[in-house]
Amino acid sequence: MGNDYVVPAIVAVTLVTVGIGFYGLRLARTTSDFLVASRAISPTWNAAAIGGEYLSAASFLGIAGLVLKYGVDVLWYPVGFAAGYLALLLFVAAPLRRSGAFTLPDFCELRLGSRRLRILATAFVIFIGWLYLVPQLQGAGLTLATVAGSPYPVGALLVATVVTANVALGGMRAITFVQAFQYWLKLTALAVPAIFLVLQWQADARPAVTPPDGPAFRTATTVVVEHRATLTLPDGEIREVSPGDELTFAAGDPVPEVSGVATDASDWLLPSTAGDDDQGLFATYSLILATFLGTMGLPHVLVRFYTNPDGAAARRTTLVVLALVGVFYLLPTLYGVLGRIYTPQLLLSGQTDAVVVLLPGAALGDGLVGRLLAALVAAGAFAAFLSTSSGLLTSVAGVISTDVLGRGSVRGFRWATVIAGGVPAVLALNVSGLDVSQVVGLAFAVAASSFCPLLVLGIWWRGLTDLGAAAGVLVGGGAAIGAVLVTVLGPPLSGWPATLTAQPAAWTVPLAFTVMVAVSMATRRRAPADVAATMLRLHTPEALRM
Amino acid sequence: MAKRLPDVGPGGTAPPPRRTRIVLADITRQDSRAERTRTELAQQTQVGEALVRGLVRAQLALALRLSLVVAIGLGGLPWLFAIAPSLGRTTVAGVNLPWLLLGVASFPFLIGVGWAYVRLAERNEQDFTDLVQRPER
Repeated sequence: MGNDYVVPAIVAVTLVTVGIGFYGLRLARTTSDFLVASRAISPTWNAAAIGGEYLSAASFLGIAGLVLKYGVDVLWYPVGFAAGYLALLLFVAAPLRRSGAFTLPDFCELRLGSRRLRILATAFVIFIGWLYLVPQLQGAGLTLATVAGSPYPVGALLVATVVTANVALGGMRAITFVQAFQYWLKLTALAVPAIFLVLQWQADARPAVTPPDGPAFRTATTVVVEHRATLTLPDGEIREVSPGDELTFAAGDPVPEVSGVATDASDWLLPSTAGDDDQGLFATYSLILATFLGTMGLPHVLVRFYTNPDGAAARRTTLVVLALVGVFYLLPTLYGVLGRIYTPQLLLSGQTDAVVVLLPGAALGDGLVGRLLAALVAAGAFAAFLSTSSGLLTSVAGVISTDVLGRGSVRGFRWATVIAGGVPAVLALNVSGLDVSQVVGLAFAVAASSFCPLLVLGIWWRGLTDLGAAAGVLVGGGAAIGAVLVTVLGPPLSGWPATLTAQPAAWTVPLAFTVMVAVSMATRRRAPADVAATMLRLHTPEALRM
Repeated sequence: MAKRLPDVGPGGTAPPPRRTRIVLADITRQDSRAERTRTELAQQTQVGEALVRGLVRAQLALALRLSLVVAIGLGGLPWLFAIAPSLGRTTVAGVNLPWLLLGVASFPFLIGVGWAYVRLAERNEQDFTDLVQRPER
């Protein structure tokens, strides 16, 4: 890739991020300074910060890649990622802020008064945080490899080191303005090129997204295969390709069919649930459940709610986040769709997650505009990676330093950051073949089967006991984790077992709720004595309290 | 989150002082009324307890009602596409209906439901506040 604007753009984003972080630190040195500063921040700024932290590599790169590859079925990802904030708003936002809990383990101790449940919650926070960090690092490695030509591990490791150092030194510690800046940067980085892309599409006489004879190459293209695949060539010949193979196509050649990819127009264009595909329907509902209910259980999302002055503001902030995130998610779909026209070679090479980064160059050519827009998109992708992984790393390092290392010192926090950043970095090196969004989807499934029932029942049901909560988290969350491990590490499955493990939420979430309620009812006498006072605190407006 | 932050929230011990214009008569009256409420709620008398239970129930019912709206509005779509495959082939302005519904229309729908929730939940809380601050009514 001969784009000399990309690397300066990425460096600039990193420097601005670190710069705003240090400027913010100078303004607020102590913890209470930080809190007071947060209270002076309007819901709009706060919401932009939450959105900035939330829109990860999966949103920025992954969704467009999935749309390119699978078509309409994966539109449930952006819808679910946005709807997660609605569930958070309806069931959690205001009471959680009123509880005064800062993290999920805090909430467990506050509501149920159990140290052991706190430890269990800590373990789950760490697991979910790591599971979510891996695809971020993976996305970073992929982006650097695509735009700067470095090998995948170099990118992932380099970026993991930058973020870990940054968080350990305190440069990114929950500075609202950095995250808010990243939101607007990400939105701009997708929206501005999108305008040019649509104009270009108009200028090219609106080529059909799904031409009757299947997708075709617009220009002469050489594809280097990255993943093993089975191709069906237009003349019916079947060919096995393995990583490193080079395939050359002339302009106008049809794209061969790739196994496991919706190359065929109707597969891509129409919902796979049509007809009697029970597994497709199950997987769709599972995905909906995981994303709708998983958002509230993500460690870096909850922490941010503490920066709201009161419960009513927490609600309004969540509504603004929903709007900001909703606006953003209109864009990745467009990239995936236009990718069918301008970058069909990604279907063959398997690097569909790169579509957002490559599309401006492919559609607009190597002119100045094309290169500048490609640099802008790369900068946005980098912002996505930086903000989400910094937020996640801060949350995970926070619980490791307080609940595992057991000391609240700055030194302890720095050691915790190194541990929290090191483990996912090692993991990221070994799973480069997985779709970024799919791994994130699994993290959502685990969060939805463990913390979602804990929060919802803890906030709305007086009968919840510590044993019930622990049993529900262990059984539901454990089942989801088992499914994740089988999917990521286990042998390839097919049929129903594959569906049940790849999209586990539809059975693990109800399981978690059922176990939690049943065990709580069986151990009714263990319900905390101060539950009435807790309910009062969670649900009554602040104006009425002492 | 390295350390537990001191709880300076409204539920805590030290709310930040707010600059307000003070009119003496006004504040005494408000105080005595608020005082009674606080005692009522804090001592968890049966009346206070019943009031809080009512509020929790009202808020939960509201949240569940709106989730039902989303469950039918969005959750019904995969099922709808499954039983009526022709719907997927219907196009509006050249775009297939599922793409429009999921890729575009779902977001304003979610925001609309959220907006309704914020309004109604705040109204529930206002009703609760009115109720406990004027028990003589």
